[in-house]
Amino acid sequence: MPATEPILESKNVTIRFGGLTAVSNFDLTVNPRELVGLIGPNGAGKTTIFNMLTGVYKPTEGDIRVGAVSTRDFKPYQITALGLARTFQNIRLFKELTVLENVKAGGHIHYKYSGTSAVLHTNRFHTAEEQAEEDALRLLDLFDLRSRAQYTARNLPYGDQRRLEIARALAARPRLLLLDEPAAGLNTGETAALMTKIREIRDRFGVAILLIEHNMELVMGICERIIVLNYGKTIAQGTPDQIQTNPVVVEAYLGEPVEAAQL
Amino acid sequence: MMPRAWWLRDLVYLVIFVAILIGATYLIAYSETYFPAMRYYHRILVMMGINITLAVSLNIINGHAGQFSLGHAGFMAVGAYFAAFLTLYYFGPYVDRLGEGSGQQWLLQNVLLFIAVILGGIVAAIAGYVVGLPSLRLRGDYLAIVTLGFGEIIRVIILNIDKIGAARGLSGIPPWSNFFWVFFFAGLTILISIRLVNSSVGRAFLAIREDEIAAEAMGVDTTKYKVKAFIIGSCLAGVAGGLFAHFSPAYLNPTMFTFIRSFEVVAMVVLGGLGSITGSILAAIILTFLPEALRGVKDFMPGGRDPRMVIYSLMLIILMLTRPQGLFGRRELWDVLSRRKDTIPKEPRDAGDATDKLDRDAGPPVT
Repeated sequence: MPATEPILESKNVTIRFGGLTAVSNFDLTVNPRELVGLIGPNGAGKTTIFNMLTGVYKPTEGDIRVGAVSTRDFKPYQITALGLARTFQNIRLFKELTVLENVKAGGHIHYKYSGTSAVLHTNRFHTAEEQAEEDALRLLDLFDLRSRAQYTARNLPYGDQRRLEIARALAARPRLLLLDEPAAGLNTGETAALMTKIREIRDRFGVAILLIEHNMELVMGICERIIVLNYGKTIAQGTPDQIQTNPVVVEAYLGEPVEAAQL
Repeated sequence: MMPRAWWLRDLVYLVIFVAILIGATYLIAYSETYFPAMRYYHRILVMMGINITLAVSLNIINGHAGQFSLGHAGFMAVGAYFAAFLTLYYFGPYVDRLGEGSGQQWLLQNVLLFIAVILGGIVAAIAGYVVGLPSLRLRGDYLAIVTLGFGEIIRVIILNIDKIGAARGLSGIPPWSNFFWVFFFAGLTILISIRLVNSSVGRAFLAIREDEIAAEAMGVDTTKYKVKAFIIGSCLAGVAGGLFAHFSPAYLNPTMFTFIRSFEVVAMVVLGGLGSITGSILAAIILTFLPEALRGVKDFMPGGRDPRMVIYSLMLIILMLTRPQGLFGRRELWDVLSRRKDTIPKEPRDAGDATDKLDRDAGPPVT
């Protein structure tokens, strides 16, 4: 596959819950190694889009393709196998497992062997487990979590939990990483570190990243392209500069200009 | 790379394990000839082994995969009746034709017991698959009720098959089971459980227990692994049933497999700590011994009343009140003793969170 072919393509994706159209006619193309931001006021449908892309919700209309494969009838785990991995807005770690086990579980699809192999401890088991351990530790190094490898995930400080979730998603070796508010609850210092980290991830793993974020500093700072959503509709897209000066976006975020209101 | 002969070390351990079991079996048999009271303890030991197998296998379903099943006695019954059916009608008469007490007969009966028990386990696994299927759709309490129902259905079916004794019970099963086989399979069950939980299969189970949505997002086929857990757990319960059926007095009755039996096993798993293998083992040992140890209390009671089960229940209640997470929680004995740290030093986080938060949330007011 040539590198120019998009990783993700969604066309006219619409989802309705009862009478409510949560997202309508959403179009998105993500190319390899691209950093795309998805922003919009609360309730605009950003997380709903993530849930459709990852197969949690099935779109009412429209088509989503991951690497040219239509994912319409795919379950979430099958979409992960196509190269999509995600984090969650409200952290969903495997809380009672250790940090290391979390990352290993993230790489589930890459360390396959039968239950019989596991019980008999065959060479296949040892090779796969050594690989899993090595990969997981390397990811923990990247996120400065190695010293905490044996801690139970539940007991990690909040910032570490956020980073662990990204590490776990990367363990699935995705081609497209979906980050749902990665900076939520982080302080300024942590957010700045996260921005550097996201860029580093992209360069190091050659992965495309689609992120939802309310922190404008982060979005404007690292995204190459931004899509603005309001009431389930795409109201603007473009580079950070274009978005910042786009009157429609300003209106969605800050309300109508006073003159307009007076009319 | 690991050594090429991956099976060598396990084989050595297996030989040592079998040797110890054979030694123990003969020791018990000899001591019975001198101390008839040993027969009583022998039976308790065997029941303990069977309970360990049941608890550890249920722990795979309830503790590791987090699917609350209340049908374990049903799977045990399937294994017990199927294995007993095979030996009673097919294997038994065949063995009887050989010379009484000959080495040939001894060998054959053990081999056939092994086959019958394994086949019983396989049939129980099929039952587990059937019960596992609804677990694709149901969670928590709902699943518990469905599995409870399945367990009872199995019992009622058995109650209506005349060939296997129906309500009369099935007697005359060859009493081939012994200390050796019971603990051989208990050991095997523990090994399978420990090795599974430390593999990618086990991690998938745990991931499903912790967070099904996240597990699915990480590429775990949750449906497949839930059914897998049911199949493995029920197969081992069936094996335990087969061994139980063949231990003297080698009599089966559907009343032995009511949901009360399921609850006993659930109590062992919960008491040990959901998800803890060593906890399940310890709890199975305690809950097998406790009612027996309390038999003596009767002698101190006026009028010969027997408060045994009252004390047993009270002890359970007190235990669960003082340690709601079970004896070991989710950890294993070796975690408690060694490396897994559950508390971390407090780390000063940057001050000024409040203003940061304002900055960040100065975003969109929803109009």
